[in-house]
Amino acid sequence: MSIHARFHLKHAGFSLDVDLELPGQGVTALFGPSGSGKTTLLRCVAGLERVHGGFLSVNGDAWQDGQLFLPTHRRPLGYVFQEASLFPHLTVEQNLAFGLKRVPAAARQVDTDHVIELLGIGHLLSRKPDRLSGGERQRVGIARALFTSPRLLLMDEPLAALDPQRKAEILPYLERLHRELSIPVLYVSHSPDEVARLADTLVLLENGRATAVGPVAEMMARLDLSTAHGGEAGVVVEATVGEHDGAYHLTRLDFPGGALWVPNHAEPIGTPARARILARDVSLALVRPEQTSILNILPAEVVETAPESAGRTLARLSLGGTPLLAQVSGKSAALLGLAPGKRVFAQVKAVSVL
Amino acid sequence: MSEADWLALKVTLALSGTTTLALLLLGTPLAWWLARTRLRFASAIEAVVALPLVLPPTVLGFYMLVALGPKGPVGGMLQAMGWHHLAFTFWGLVVASTLYSMPFMVQPLKDTFAAIGSRPLEAAATLRAGPWDTFFNVVLPLARRGFLTACTLTFAHTVGEFGVVLMVGGNIPGETRVLSIAIYDHAEAMDYASAHVLAGGLLAASFLLLLTVYTLNRRYLVVHP
Repeated sequence: MSIHARFHLKHAGFSLDVDLELPGQGVTALFGPSGSGKTTLLRCVAGLERVHGGFLSVNGDAWQDGQLFLPTHRRPLGYVFQEASLFPHLTVEQNLAFGLKRVPAAARQVDTDHVIELLGIGHLLSRKPDRLSGGERQRVGIARALFTSPRLLLMDEPLAALDPQRKAEILPYLERLHRELSIPVLYVSHSPDEVARLADTLVLLENGRATAVGPVAEMMARLDLSTAHGGEAGVVVEATVGEHDGAYHLTRLDFPGGALWVPNHAEPIGTPARARILARDVSLALVRPEQTSILNILPAEVVETAPESAGRTLARLSLGGTPLLAQVSGKSAALLGLAPGKRVFAQVKAVSVL
Repeated sequence: MSEADWLALKVTLALSGTTTLALLLLGTPLAWWLARTRLRFASAIEAVVALPLVLPPTVLGFYMLVALGPKGPVGGMLQAMGWHHLAFTFWGLVVASTLYSMPFMVQPLKDTFAAIGSRPLEAAATLRAGPWDTFFNVVLPLARRGFLTACTLTFAHTVGEFGVVLMVGGNIPGETRVLSIAIYDHAEAMDYASAHVLAGGLLAASFLLLLTVYTLNRRYLVVHP
C-alpha cells in the first residue's frame, strides 16, 4: 500500500521536481517554507493542477499516467483548503450533503454520524457558513471532505488561517481523526508543532524538491535537515503511559531508553502517547545535577554536534537509542567538551504531551 | 393610448424579451470564457463587446443594415438559401439589438464570474461534481445577483433603443415600430399629449424595474464566498 507521485513542473521562477514513494496509510506531512512547492504538490495530487508527463498512483490505482488523467471530480479524494471554502449559499447540512450525495451509495463507507460527533458540529447543521466562526467553518470543511469516503485525504494548511486559539480548538479533532479513521492523509504544513503532533511520515520540501523523507521522530532529530534548526526545533518521542502518581499529579511516560515525568496525563496505563521536547528546553551537564527542581534528568550520549547561528550549538543525543536534541551556547559546548561519544546528563525543562 | 401605441408596446416587449433571452444564451458562455481565460486576445474580444457603449447607435445600425440587407453578407446568404433578408424586419431588429445590448449582459456576468473565482469550482470538483454539475449547482446560485442585474440592464436598454431600430427596422407598425419611435412620431406630429403618456410611462416603468433589481440585490448582498 503506497502512494507514488512523480511530477516535474516548471514555471517562471518556480519549479517542482519530485518522485516520491509515500506510505499509503497514516499522516504524511509535506513540510517546508512557503514557496517550497508543498501546496503545488498537493494540487497536482488532487488533479487541480495538470502536469504533463506526471505519474500518480494511490494504493494501486493509477490516477495519472501518460495519457491517463483522471479529472479531480473522478478521484476518490477529500480536500481541505486553507480557508474552508464552504458554499455560502448552502447551510452546513447542505454543504455536507453536497459531496455525500454525489458518491454512489455502494462507495459510502464513512459513518457520517460518527464524523459529525468527532468534529463536534452537530449543533451547527442548520446554519449558513457566514454564521460560523473560522474554527467551526474549518471543522465543517473537514467533515464535508470526509463525507465523500475519500481513499486519500488532502489537507492544505488547514490551520494556517486561524488564530492560535482556534488552532488549539481544532488540533484535538485532527488528532482524533488520525487515531480513529484509517484514511491516509497528505498534510501540508509549515508548522513544526503541527507536524510533531499529527504526522507519522515527514517529507521535507525545499525549492520544489523533496530533500528528505522518513518517519517523523527520526527526521526531526537529524541535524542536517532544516527541521532541526530554529526556535521550534525538537524531537518527538513515541512513548506509552507507564505510571500515574496521584499525589503529585504526575504521569510517567516510558520509551525505549528511558522515562519522562509529565503533568498528569489522564490516559490508562499502556496507552501510546507522543511527547515533544524542544531543543531549547534541554540543557546538558557532565555530572548528574543534584538538588535541582528539574524532574527529568536523563543519562545520554552525544552522537553529533552542529554549530548553529548566533553562537549556539545543537547537539544530538542518544537516550539508549531514542534521539534527543539539545541547544546550548557555543561556549558551553566548548567548556563541556561536547563531542561524539561523550556521556552527559540531559536536563529536560519542559515536555509537551501531544 | 391608441391601438397603434399598444401595438408599439407589444413589439417593444417582444423585442426586449427575445433579445434578453438570446443574450442570456450567448452572453453567459462568452462572459464565462472572458472571466476565466488567460489568453491575451481575450482583451480584443472584450473591446469588441464593449464597442456599442461608445459608438453612436447609428454607426452600428448602419453597418447592421448593410450586413442584414439583401446585398449584405448575412442578408444575401439568407436570400440565397431561399429565405428573406433581415432589413426592416422584426428578426433583423433582434439580431441588431443582440449585438447592441451585448455589453449590458456580458460585463455584469463577467464581473460576477470573476468575483466568484476558482475556489468554489475547485471545492466542488473535490466533492465529485463535474463541470456542468458545478455550473448549475454552485455557479448559478452564487451568480444570482449578476444574472438579475445583467438581464434587467439588457431588457431595459433594449426597451430604450432608438437609433439602431430606426436604421435597421425603420418604422413598420406591428413589425418594427417600437415605443421610442412612437414617441418620436408623436412629438414630430406635435401630439404632445400622446408623447407624454408613452414617455412618462416608459420613465416610470424603467425606474420601477431598476428599483426592484437594486432592492433585491441589496437583499442578496449577504451572500459572499
